[in-house]
Amino acid sequence: MLTSPRVAILQSKPRKGAYAENLRAAGEAFAQIVAGGGADLVVLPEGALTGYFLEGAVYELALPVFRIADDLARTWREAGGARADIVSGFYEDDGGTYYNSAIFVEVDAIGERIAHVHRKLFLPTYGVFDEERFLSRGRSLKTFQTRFGRAAMLICEDIWHSIVPTIAALKDARILIVPSAAPGRGIEGTRDELTSVTHWRNILTSTAAEHGVYIVYAGLTGFEGGKGLSGSSAIVDPFGRLVVQTNMTEPCIVDGTLDMDEVDMARASMPLLGDLRSVLPDLLLDDELPLPRGRHDAHGR
Amino acid sequence: MLTVVSHALDDDVTPPRINGRVAADWLTHFILDEIRTRRAMNAAVIGLSGGVDSAVTAYLCARALGPQNVHAFRLPYATSSPSSLDDAQTVADALGIHLRTIPITGAVDGYLQYEPDADARRRGNVMARTRMLVLFDQSAKLGGLPVGTGNKTERMLGYFTWHADDTPPINPLGDLFKTQVWALARYLGVPAALIDKAPSADLEAGQTDEGDLGITYARADAILRVMLLGYNDAQLVRRGFDPADVAVVRRRVESTHWKRHLPTTAMLSNTAINEFYLRPVDF
Repeated sequence: MLTSPRVAILQSKPRKGAYAENLRAAGEAFAQIVAGGGADLVVLPEGALTGYFLEGAVYELALPVFRIADDLARTWREAGGARADIVSGFYEDDGGTYYNSAIFVEVDAIGERIAHVHRKLFLPTYGVFDEERFLSRGRSLKTFQTRFGRAAMLICEDIWHSIVPTIAALKDARILIVPSAAPGRGIEGTRDELTSVTHWRNILTSTAAEHGVYIVYAGLTGFEGGKGLSGSSAIVDPFGRLVVQTNMTEPCIVDGTLDMDEVDMARASMPLLGDLRSVLPDLLLDDELPLPRGRHDAHGR
Repeated sequence: MLTVVSHALDDDVTPPRINGRVAADWLTHFILDEIRTRRAMNAAVIGLSGGVDSAVTAYLCARALGPQNVHAFRLPYATSSPSSLDDAQTVADALGIHLRTIPITGAVDGYLQYEPDADARRRGNVMARTRMLVLFDQSAKLGGLPVGTGNKTERMLGYFTWHADDTPPINPLGDLFKTQVWALARYLGVPAALIDKAPSADLEAGQTDEGDLGITYARADAILRVMLLGYNDAQLVRRGFDPADVAVVRRRVESTHWKRHLPTTAMLSNTAINEFYLRPVDF
């Protein structure tokens, strides 16, 4: 078990729709990561290799899972990378059904293994967002084993719904990996950042502290048709402390090392997750909750 | 006696706030990404009217691209105010950007001589569209991108010439209310004379924006800030806005939605552009 995995977040700024060019750029960044001593976990944002706002072009750019796994693994190996786990957001083509997905692929010198694919659960479809016009939503939240502990991937809005990281933590996730493409907005704040970035940081730090989990957040950057993706990639420790957070507007690599023992320390000092496990059955057995219950539902009592 | 900690509801009748540093940095990156990264161009072409909107646009472009890559144009008609020309010169001198003056009187009068009865509104529209013709031609000549200068208030109130002021392919200020543009101008160091003077389209002698609109920008912006969130008129009045002001703003917003869209195209197929065939502008 790796207790101190080294993480590299690649805050990318893709050219819209130019998959091959963006993959080459990722390869150059991979080479830089390798030259800097490598990484155990490399995380790319949502839409990292295509851009985020694709509209109908998503059908032209979506890829089968095996293809993105192969491309990421080959690019990592060609950059000279040794054993590493790579996470990237991508648009998934599952035989004509399309998802906003994240892949976790384990790569070594001779091959790769797809450890997990998460399909985004919450597809924002309001205001500037129109994901569900083009995409199907995921139907499950799974955690999965990694070399540094059990993990879950949540994509962007997934983590805004507190029940999602809560379920991941209840399913023993010790690290949440969050590829994201967040359109920045809000210029009325007093901090030297967009208010949407402040809001995101509040979500990440409060979520990490509540459940005693590491959060690795990879934010897309660059302007897409006037909408600026707000970067701000970050690592938050299980006490809710912001370990590192980068800028809103420039592509970069965030290099950080996690201490997975901190997960135990955080949960021991503030046993909120244990308390939740104890109380949760009572909460969920509440008949007033709109949950399916056998042949009845909340509205059919 | 206990200390009372009180909280009043937000004072919603004030104009929107702005963090000048955040807005300036964000818009600088927007200009860089749109001109250099996306289009592999290196220069901006701006019509410099002497007003605060085009001044702020020039300041932002100079920050993003360097002053040597900003080509500003004064495009006066015979009746344009000499002080506007002076103010444009002040901006160009302060920034060290290129400035050229091309009078549009000959081009405008070349057409209007056949329409001697054209009223002020028609004449103003011809001038605005002539200016845009010049800027696009200079764009082709210089290899620079025309950069728009319209703000959110005038866009929402429909106070602009369709297919003239709104035609440049990028617009840094289009999501900033006029009062925010003033605040951003102060942050950027735009000369106070440009910020403090009464805004004017300068299409007729003595014309002012607020005179044309029938409401001050401060009052209009305070209303728009809330109205655009979806509040109806009764809710706005309950929040403390003057009913007459609300009516002025509502009438202008509701009668000008068409100016904020591309021309209406009859749909005949399931590949109609922007209806079924949907591709982002930067694809």
